[in-house]
Formats: sequence, structure tokens, C-alpha cells
Amino acid sequence: MSQIEKAILDLGALDCLARQRTAIHGIDPRAKVAVCLVFIATVASFDKYDVAALAPFAVYPAALMAAGGVPISLIGRFLVYACPFAILVGAFNPLFDRQIMLELGGVAVSGGWVSFFSIICRFLLAFSAALILVATTGLNAICASLTRLGLPRVLTALMVMLYRYIFLLGQEANRMKRAHDLRAVNDQGVDLRTYGSLASLLLLRAYARGERIHAAMLCRGFDGEMPMTAISRFSIGSAIFLIAWLAYFAAMRFLPLPRHLGEAFLEAAR
Amino acid sequence: MSHHIIEASEVSYFYPDGTQALAGVSFRITHGEAVAIVGENGAGKSTLLLLLSGCALPSSGRLQIGDYLATAATLSHIRRTVGMIFQDSDDQLFMPSVEEDVAFGPMKMGLPEADVAKRVEMALTAVGAQHLRSRPPYRLSSGEKRAVAIATVLAMSPNILALDEPTASLDPKRRRSLIELMRSFTHTKVIATHDLDMALALCPRTILLHGGRVIADGLTTAIFNNAALMAQSGMNMEPIPSR
Amino acid sequence: MHMGDALISPAVGGAMWATTIGLTAYAAKRLRAENSEKTPLMATLGAFVFSAQMINFSIPWTGSSGHLGGGLLLAILLGPYAAFLTIFAVLAIQALFFADGGLLAMGCNVFNLGFWPAFAVYPFISRYLTCAGLPGAGRLMAVCIPAAVIGLQLGALGVVLQTLASGRTDLPFTTFALYMQPIHLAIGIVEGIITAAVVAAVVKARPELLAASSAQQMARSGQRPLAIALIAAALMIGGVLSWFASQHDDGLEWSIAKTIGQSELDPPRSAVHASLAALQEKISLLPDYDFKKPQQADAAEGEEEGGEGKDGEKWPAVNAGTSVAGIVGSVLVLLLAGFIGLALRRPPSGKF
Repeated sequence: MSQIEKAILDLGALDCLARQRTAIHGIDPRAKVAVCLVFIATVASFDKYDVAALAPFAVYPAALMAAGGVPISLIGRFLVYACPFAILVGAFNPLFDRQIMLELGGVAVSGGWVSFFSIICRFLLAFSAALILVATTGLNAICASLTRLGLPRVLTALMVMLYRYIFLLGQEANRMKRAHDLRAVNDQGVDLRTYGSLASLLLLRAYARGERIHAAMLCRGFDGEMPMTAISRFSIGSAIFLIAWLAYFAAMRFLPLPRHLGEAFLEAAR
Repeated sequence: MSHHIIEASEVSYFYPDGTQALAGVSFRITHGEAVAIVGENGAGKSTLLLLLSGCALPSSGRLQIGDYLATAATLSHIRRTVGMIFQDSDDQLFMPSVEEDVAFGPMKMGLPEADVAKRVEMALTAVGAQHLRSRPPYRLSSGEKRAVAIATVLAMSPNILALDEPTASLDPKRRRSLIELMRSFTHTKVIATHDLDMALALCPRTILLHGGRVIADGLTTAIFNNAALMAQSGMNMEPIPSR
Repeated sequence: MHMGDALISPAVGGAMWATTIGLTAYAAKRLRAENSEKTPLMATLGAFVFSAQMINFSIPWTGSSGHLGGGLLLAILLGPYAAFLTIFAVLAIQALFFADGGLLAMGCNVFNLGFWPAFAVYPFISRYLTCAGLPGAGRLMAVCIPAAVIGLQLGALGVVLQTLASGRTDLPFTTFALYMQPIHLAIGIVEGIITAAVVAAVVKARPELLAASSAQQMARSGQRPLAIALIAAALMIGGVLSWFASQHDDGLEWSIAKTIGQSELDPPRSAVHASLAALQEKISLLPDYDFKKPQQADAAEGEEEGGEGKDGEKWPAVNAGTSVAGIVGSVLVLLLAGFIGLALRRPPSGKF
């Protein structure tokens, strides 16, 4: 299974999930997009050494995954695609920040390790939030809500079309790669010269297809305005969703809940 | 002579999303045979060819191609043994000129330049495309593309040819010449098609697929004359009455 | 080079988003003014870039592999405005579906990967592409390689600056830059070579495509001054706001402190103090929990044990993560989260 093939299959799977009908799927996409963005921004706003304070934020992805019919295996499945740049850069922190921050069971833990761990937690939280957004909303609805929220229509219409043609061109690219692999028996990858040629021919096909699509659109009366998925009025449920989660994020941002819980627990344990 | 036997025992294939494309397929194809794989869209013909050509491994079951049992380690050997011609020739031509495309396979096999040139000449002559040597692929007609695609595969001297819908979208004249061309090849041929006339013309034996299973395996004439069987596999060939 | 959300602060992310939105609106407006319907072409070329990025080629002499970035190629084939929007769309799909780049960081990514090739580099090279008829392979190499290198160097520098301004990394500037810039120099050279090769092929097969896209560029007068102005504006907005953010590490607390006079809703300090003191007394087996914040070495005393905070200092309660109580508490919270998840779970449906 080649990289492209797997990517297209995964894309399709995510699409399928987005078409389920659950309480979460029924929430207005604008609310979901807003909540997701505020979630990510709030998580990102924590101090670099905050780790425990991030814990309450795990409730958001957990609750949405559960109520939205999104399997946990999805996280693992898509984790392979996630760009590890942040982790790689964060891994340098322990090298540069060696001041001891705390001791756990006799082991001295430096600030660098704490901040690195914090980076990993943020990564996981932001990553799952984005994935869950798509899995419970779908691209069309996301684009429609972004248009309503002010993004230029030409961009959101482009995203919807692009998404469609990724499947098509991706499969063409995959077949070409496959044809290449069948004849490049000793090679592991594609050599530079062949890649240039392959990419060029794929591009020419993309051009030709784009022109055919344009002609087809004109034949059906396209006038320059791309139709968009309709969004119904903002429901009460969506409003509650929005307000409740924003309040929760604000509360968890400023109330050190884990520490209080921990203290209470430890006191009770005595 | 045993090099060119294809033997499948209870081969099944599942796509990663769980769709089953092949279910317990078994057959034995011997050296020099020309076999048609017939079935409606979605019956599993293309998937079977992908397995035979070394593009994918069976999910379960045993597949022996020539001297090699299909495993991850033997894929590159299988790819040398079986030459696959794709349904869409555009997918198969990726070099700047016909000559370079036909030379690609032998070059990657590590052959010396003189041998490569010889093979290119041989392959282009076999398909009658010598005059197209320096053309870029986007300047070829679909018939020419098909011929060149076959040449790219022939240049690797495979023992077995796997063809996926070779006559699709060809006009009658080019279809005829393609059938003549394939007749001239002595390789073992496995042809996935629903062009039943071509199957009759080229392949004494047919494997009929339906829903990923083999529902018939035998003489082409016998199978095609069995109306019930053909209807069952969705290959209803009754002429449409004209009004 | 895609930045994730883990290293970014909301201030930097927000600033770059603002810059990117501004550029997007500008590009959309200019594209509309061009009056040519390019959306299908943008979509297929964007899909091409997306697919091409998933095929790796092996780089000679290094044993590593790479893939086409596509920013410069899109700029040459589509013109700057359409290219910028297409790059945005591709990055958006990658961020949403493949977490290749974060959502908060998307403004940064679009800027780093889209602004430089489309608005900064392309206007300067477009004239060289068609100044003496259609370009041959030589001229294309000469133009595309430096263009790609410059674009990627600036983009990489952007990544470095934005990450540093966010303050989540301890990498010093020199180390980070020495790590990023040379790699992206090599990537830039390869990108330039491939871009040149692909454009050369397009010129050979369909010369009218390049001529058409350049003709549109030529028709617009005053391109270069505009590009310079745009660069300056974008740098100012992005740079100033990011610098501002880095001056106030916890921009959020800082702004809230300014608004309501304290940095957060404080829990009663005496209770905190008492329980932590009790902890130390009773659990003598466990070591002390020293609490040093390296970034505020000067305010050490009195910060230990979450004691009385001095006015104007950051209240250490925000850094609960470094106390055992915090750890215990976070484990409890995670268990609670898991429990909530289980409680809300729908019966498994269908195959996955």
C-alpha cells in the first residue's frame, strides 16, 4: 500500500465519519469551529512549564469523541501523518534548560523535561481537537461556516473543489507511481530525473482535467459563483454547546483544578 | 517450464477499509496459456491482476508465481516475471519520450547500455511503434499510447503478461490490431476484460468472477454459451432488441 | 517546515493569522479584479501539488528523500494571487485532515510557505521568465533555483522567529537557525531544480499556458513597488506583533492582569499554604518539592510552596503542573475525562 493510497483511504474514512448522525454532528458547524479554535488557543496560552493544568482539557476531545462516534483508533491512525516538527524542536529543551524544577521519587526533573512534556501534551490536545472537528463536521460544512465567518468565498469554494480533486488526482498519481515501481525493480524511491518527468506529466494531466472541468461547469450554467452548503439558523443546542465549552475552557484556564483535586485527595488519603 | 506456472490457493484480499475484493480464489495457469478473467465491474478482476503483478500481497491464501511464492521479499522478482499493462495507458507512461520510457525498465534492471538499446528496438518493433521513438507521451493517440505501454513492459522480457481491459476505448481498427498483436505473443497471458469477443478470439480458457469468487473456470466457448452462468455473473449478452 | 500548535503562543499565532487574513483578502480582491475564472485550474493544480508531495524522490549523494513543495511552481503557473490562495487551501486541507501543521499555527504556515514565493519572490522573477520569448531549461534553472532558495530561506527564518517569539522552546536562536537554514538551503536547491524541470516540460508541451500567465503579470504595472510594500507591511505586522508577544510571555495573563488588576482568579492562599505544609510534614518519605522557575530566577524566595505572591509577579498557581499535588490532581482529572468519555460513548457502529 503506497503512501498516497493510504492517505486517500484515510481521507475517505474521515469523510465517512463526518457523515454520521450524532448529537455532535447536529451542532452548528460555526459553533464547533469556534470552540475548536478557542480550545487550541487556550491550550497554547499556558505557560511553558504547565503540564498538570492541561489535564482538564482532555475532557473536550474525550467527550466529543465519545458523543460524536469517533473511535479512539482514529487518533493513532492519523498520528503517523502529523508533522513531528514540534516534538523534534521540543526535544532540545532538556538540553538547554537544565535547572531542576522538581523531584519525583528521588529523581531530579529539570525544567527542560517539564517543558518538553508540556509540548507533547499540547501537541496531542491540538491534534485531536482538529481531527475531531473534521470527523464530526466534514469539510463542506467547515468551509461553509468559514465563509459565514468571513473568509473569502473564493478560498472556501476552492477548498471544497480541491478536496474533491485530491481523490481523483491522488489516484492518478498513485497509479503512475505504481507503474513506476513495477518497472524500477531495484530502486527504493524515485530518482530525481524520473520524478521531474513524472511530476510534469501529472501536472499536464491536471491542467487538462482542470480545463475539462471548467468546460463542464460552463455547460451547466456556471456564472462564477460556487454554490455552498447551506447552514441553517444557529440552534439553541449549538448556542449552549458554544457557551458551555467556552466557559469550561475559561474556568479550567484560570482555576488550578488539578492541584486542588490533588491536594484534597492527598489530604483525604492521610 | 515450471517457471511460468501461476497457482492460487484460497487467495483472499481485503482492502484496508474492510471491503473484501477477493474471497477464496483458486486456480492454476500453466506456461503459455491465455486465460481471460471475465466479470462485471467490481467482481475483482483488477484486484486479481494487482496481486498477480506484484503490486500487492494476498490477505490470506497462497499465491505462487513462477518460482516465487508471493511474499514481501519476493515482490521485486515477481515484478520482473509479470508485466502488467494498465487500463489507462496515461498512468503507465511517465518519461519524457517513448524511447526513454521503453528503456526505463531494462535500465533499472541494471542491464548494460547495449542490451538496453537492443531491448528497446525489439519492443518497439514488436508493437510497431519504431516511428514514435522520440515523441513525448502527450503527443500520442490513445491507440499509440496503448502500443507503447505494451512495449515498455515487453522490454523487460517478462514471462507472463497481465493486461487490464486492453481493448477499452479503442476504435475497431486499433482493437483488431491489438488483438492480432497479442496473438503473436507467446507469453502466458492473463487478460481481465469484459470484451467477450476478444476473450473468445484470444483465450481458450476463461475464469469467471463474481463478487470476488470464481464461479466458473473452463473452456471459454462452454462458459459463454451457458446463458444461466453468464446471467449470474452479470454478463448478460442477450442482444438489445432494436425498436 | 509545517509548524504545529504545540510550539506556538496564541499571540504569535493570532498575529500571523491576522497578517494572513489580510493577505488573503487582498489576493481574493485582486483575483476577482482579474476576471478570469481560475477556480477549477487552482483546484486541480492544488490537487497536483498535494499528490506530488506524497511521492518522494531520492536525493542523490545524500541517501535521503524529499518531495516537491510547489509554492514557486504554483506562482509561476497561476500568478501570485491565485497561487497564494491555492497554497492556503492545500495547507488548510493538510492541517485539518492530516494534522500536518496546526490550526492556530496555520497563519504562520500560510505566510511562511505562501507569502514568500507568491508575493515576495515571484514578482521579481516573472519578467525574467518571458523577457526573451519562452524560457529554455537553462534560463529556468538560473531563475528558479535562486528563487526557490530565497523563498525557502525566508520561510525557514520565519519558522525560527515565530517559534522563538512564542517562547515555548529553549533552543537559542543561533542553534535553531543553524539547524534550519542549511537544511532548507539544500531543500531549496532541489525544489528549484524540480520546479525548473516541470516548468520546462509545461513550456514544451503547452507553451500557451506560461505565456498566458505571464501576460497577465506584464499587464499589471508597478508590480515590484507593490511587492516591496506588501513585504514591508507583512513583516511589520507579523514582526511587531510577535515581538510584542515575546515581551510578554504570558500575554494572556498580562492582558488580563491589566484589565482586572490581578492575573487570575486566586484561590484562597491560606488553604493552599496550609495543605502543602501539611503535606510536607506528614509525608516525610517523599522529598521536598522545590519549585524554581528558571525564567524568573530573581524572584525565588517566597515563591516556594506556592506561598504569598508579590504584587506584579506571576502567580505560581498557574504552574501547578510542577507540584506533586498537581500531578496527582491531573491524573484524577484524566481519569474523570476517561470516565466521561465512556459514559457518553455511543454503541460502536459499522466498520472502521
